Amino acid sequence: MNRINLKLQETKKILSIYFSAGYPKLNDTVKIIEDLEKNGVDMIEIGLPFSDPLADGPTIQESSTQALHNGMTTQVLFDQLKDIRKTVTIPLVIMGYYNPMLQFGMENFCQQCAEIGIDGLIIPDLPVDVYADEYKTTFEKYGLKNIFLITPQTSDERIRFIDSVSDGFIYMVSSASVTGSQSGFGSVQEEYFKRIADMNLKNSQIIGFGISNKETFNQATQFAKGAIIGSAFIKNLTDNGVGSIGGFVKAIR
Amino acid sequence: MSYNVNEKGYYGEFGGAYIPEMLYPNVEELRQQYLKITAEPEFQEEFDALLKDYVGRPTPLYFAARLSEKYNTKVYLKREDLCHTGAHKVNNTIGQILLAKRLGKTRIIAETGAGQHGVATATVCALMGLECIVYMGEIDIKRQAPNVARMKMLGAEVRPALSGSKTLKDATNEAIRDWINNPVDTYYIIGSVVGPHPYPDMVARFQSVISKEIKEQLLEKEGRENPDYVIACVGGGSNAAGAFYHFLDDLDVNIIAVEAAGLGVDSGESAATSALGKIGVIHGSKTLLMQSLDGQITEPYSISAGLDYPGVGPMHANLFATGRAEFISITDDQAMQWGIKLSQLEGLIPAIESAHAFAVLDEKKFKPTDIVVFNLSGRGDKDLNTYIDYFKL
Repeated sequence: MNRINLKLQETKKILSIYFSAGYPKLNDTVKIIEDLEKNGVDMIEIGLPFSDPLADGPTIQESSTQALHNGMTTQVLFDQLKDIRKTVTIPLVIMGYYNPMLQFGMENFCQQCAEIGIDGLIIPDLPVDVYADEYKTTFEKYGLKNIFLITPQTSDERIRFIDSVSDGFIYMVSSASVTGSQSGFGSVQEEYFKRIADMNLKNSQIIGFGISNKETFNQATQFAKGAIIGSAFIKNLTDNGVGSIGGFVKAIR
Repeated sequence: MSYNVNEKGYYGEFGGAYIPEMLYPNVEELRQQYLKITAEPEFQEEFDALLKDYVGRPTPLYFAARLSEKYNTKVYLKREDLCHTGAHKVNNTIGQILLAKRLGKTRIIAETGAGQHGVATATVCALMGLECIVYMGEIDIKRQAPNVARMKMLGAEVRPALSGSKTLKDATNEAIRDWINNPVDTYYIIGSVVGPHPYPDMVARFQSVISKEIKEQLLEKEGRENPDYVIACVGGGSNAAGAFYHFLDDLDVNIIAVEAAGLGVDSGESAATSALGKIGVIHGSKTLLMQSLDGQITEPYSISAGLDYPGVGPMHANLFATGRAEFISITDDQAMQWGIKLSQLEGLIPAIESAHAFAVLDEKKFKPTDIVVFNLSGRGDKDLNTYIDYFKL
């Protein structure tokens, strides 16, 4: 069974961390992943940097730009991750935009992910219908889960459709926003979290966007299986360096 | 075979809607509504009336006698430079603001390169009393200062795009992010035939009035609807889409798209997408795109802010890939020299974007009997500072 599905069977709430590969330094990628696991993080989203990340706010855009300056490419990332499964056992997901994968060749990309032991992909600008028509069989061939997003504006009908084509978890965007653009959740979000929880979807939901600390993590995981922290973690790396990972994670739970 | 969009939103293999889920409800609403709303008689009436009395359409099709004599062919200029606000851009913003109103939107956002689309958007927002925010690259804000001032006078807020190359691509990124953050009350008026379906088709339809009028005017002047050549500059490609639209499937018309070579196609400082691009995804559309081997989008360069874009509309990508249109790239210097030449031959100071198109006269030999229509997409007032600096005027 895929590591994501196994992890979702555990009773605990899932803490997932996103970071941009190759940031702050090109060769920090593996150390960050290992430190995150050591400190009890349940799942990691490895950001494949892109020059024009439309769904991301300034924090992730800046870390992506810096990573590209540092020399990060798709092949460099795969080379860095070559032996990652010798030391790391938690689920690893690559989050990246469609164009770099298209240039690498989607089949080739998926094959490399499988060889490394990547469990899933999040591609925010690859529409569900294009995935279903063109890539679903490739993903399945290599045992990769494709994780789709839903937002407060997504209709119930479409949520049901996305649930039906998903196998793993659904990435629930907490509010209408790009990443890293808000602090704290209000009643509107809680209502949305409740609405989705009440739909009894077959896939678990993990909430992302706007989770920055213990308080928002606890709020989100009241309603969902887990939560993802991205921009706040990257800000911490920028301000306090890679040595601060343990402290950051312990402050969340 | 048609060169127009198919029902799935593709031109051949180009187009589609490669958007994050956050944008799906808005883009899907637009996809379901745009043909229905724009086909309503009341919509058409209001659109036509504003084009006539507010924009000043039909714009003339002018026989350029001195230019024709010099190049020994029959040159006509479609005078989009005479549109209110100084360029063809307003044809599209009128259409989209009427659509936005019918969709119940109260806040308008736009991106702009040269500032022409920003001015055209600010203008229609003032006309309709709607809030207007225009994203513009920080570099473009500097080189197009008069247009920034115009937008402010019209009551728009101009927000600088500070990321990447700080030009049109980045302004578009920021506008898309704004739309993600404000999905309910906001309508995004895209200025070119780019972006996710249905934008390329919708913008092309609003601009298609250009070729519709060319047909009518040529029939009156020459006794035939179709020219031998229709020529337009292409950045994203909205003026070209409008000028080509009703000729796309008339194969007796030769279509020439003119791209900005910048300092030269192989100089590393260029925006000639057809020559330098590979298939990829930018701003929600699968199209030809200037990019690194690793799929990172390359920073383009052109002296003209309106052509400084690393992609091209999917309609044009398909015209290139199928060979339906000939693509020619023209350098900064060729275009600037034509700015002077057209001014002194015909008394018309062109926008630098439009000036690129005319350089085709030096690149290609036309027959004396050929009817060659150039789309003079905009006037050069906004470029005066660039002309002054370049020629030490």
